[in-house]
Amino acid sequence: METFFFVFIATFAICTALAMIFSGSTVNSALYLVLHMLSISGFYLLLQAQFLAVIQILVYAGAIMVLFLFVIMVLNLGEDDTLKSHINFKEIFAFLLGVVVLAQLLYIVGGYSGVLPELTVEQAKAVGTVEAIGDELFTTFLLPFEVTAILLTAAVVGAMLLAQKTSNVED
Amino acid sequence: MTWLESLPLAVFVMIPLVIILIYALFAIWMERKVAGFIQDRLGPMRVGGWHGWAQSFADLLKLIQKEDIIPAEASKFLFRFAPFLMFAASYAAFAVIPFSSAYMGSNIDIGVFYLLAITSLLTISVIMAGWASNNKWSLLGAMRTAAQMVSYEVPTIMAVLSVIIVAGSLNLMTVTEMQSGNDTLGFLPNWLIFQNPFLLVAFVIFFISILAESHRVPFDLPESESELVAGFQTEYSGMRWAMFMLAEYADMLLLSLLGAVLFFGGWNSPFGGFMDGPIWGFFWFMFKGMILVFVMMWIRWTLPRYRVDQLMYLCWSILIPLSFINFVLIALWEMLF
Repeated sequence: METFFFVFIATFAICTALAMIFSGSTVNSALYLVLHMLSISGFYLLLQAQFLAVIQILVYAGAIMVLFLFVIMVLNLGEDDTLKSHINFKEIFAFLLGVVVLAQLLYIVGGYSGVLPELTVEQAKAVGTVEAIGDELFTTFLLPFEVTAILLTAAVVGAMLLAQKTSNVED
Repeated sequence: MTWLESLPLAVFVMIPLVIILIYALFAIWMERKVAGFIQDRLGPMRVGGWHGWAQSFADLLKLIQKEDIIPAEASKFLFRFAPFLMFAASYAAFAVIPFSSAYMGSNIDIGVFYLLAITSLLTISVIMAGWASNNKWSLLGAMRTAAQMVSYEVPTIMAVLSVIIVAGSLNLMTVTEMQSGNDTLGFLPNWLIFQNPFLLVAFVIFFISILAESHRVPFDLPESESELVAGFQTEYSGMRWAMFMLAEYADMLLLSLLGAVLFFGGWNSPFGGFMDGPIWGFFWFMFKGMILVFVMMWIRWTLPRYRVDQLMYLCWSILIPLSFINFVLIALWEMLF
């Protein structure tokens, strides 16, 4: 049953990812990306990480993609403005970055030995709960967690400052 | 739990749908009656005989007969799909609502979190509808809605989280069960709203935010008819439009029931052991939810609409700071007492 779900979700994820890249209109691409995010949260559920699955929907599908769509609609990109390819430096750079990511992925997949860590069913189930994640975040990973919090706060303050400045100039 | 659990899965998951459909027929009639009484008139009186009880059925029949118009320049698939996605998103959230001690769609540990996540997909369906219609009013309405819903999600989540601090569980069934009994100050029910003075503030924040999330007046800017015709619904007609209405009413019920679980004891009877049990539990739960729905209607027919900038000001400059301060105060109170 689990294998069936995995194959189903994996196929769906790959199809939506490809559709996102090859789709002609920007809004359709963004909506395919939403579907892709949803299928990724399906993977998390299969791995018993229920908290991450919900966070994936809440943050990516619910918040970030809405902002993407919002920006696309504000900029009002028509069919003409999309990916009329003229190769420039930016695209070559993006391609190189993509190659680096692919190499990393292949390296990780190549290093897989087929041996999974020893875990009982109870332990495996407890990994993804809110309690387990909270426990780890506030004990083992306290410093990275707090540093991330400061980083995010700085980003929010920066965004507000930028917004404030433009409105002052208009006045 | 009970014999309900032994039902086939397909029947088991349909139970909330039956509740929503009956509720929607009732709520449409109730909305008209409440509007009538507030404006000192009678509302529908003729259809069906007694106080126009069949008005909703007449409305539905009319909508079924209407032509389904799809604009020629619309993005066809998205245009057709959006109303169904909207209803699916609100219906999926009903899975974690504990309707009574005997029925809950899915008893998962992260219940309330799942509910907040899945309802955030409503925004995407609104954007989809607005963009696919290829109409300026629809697009403007959809953009307003997206901004409004994303903004008001923050105070809603903060208010819900402050309840979760006190309750100590994300599972709505557990949250309800811990509110049973009548010991607070000797006679009051053990509902969370009586447990902590700051939870009263949290409830006010929560209620204002759910008004905005379900786009009810005074926050109905997404479909403010005097400026935007009907916002993102402008191009929709017939049953597709009815689907939007159904989703909107379902959303209203969902958020009211969430409020009833988080603040007013869910399916617990207000009289302790008296009139308790699964069936009474269902009655009390719907009763509490319907009272909140009634207050929403009452507000709709009493207050005028906010302006867009006032709406954003209220959210970002008042509700969000207030909800954060309140969150810290509730945490402090829980540490001290």
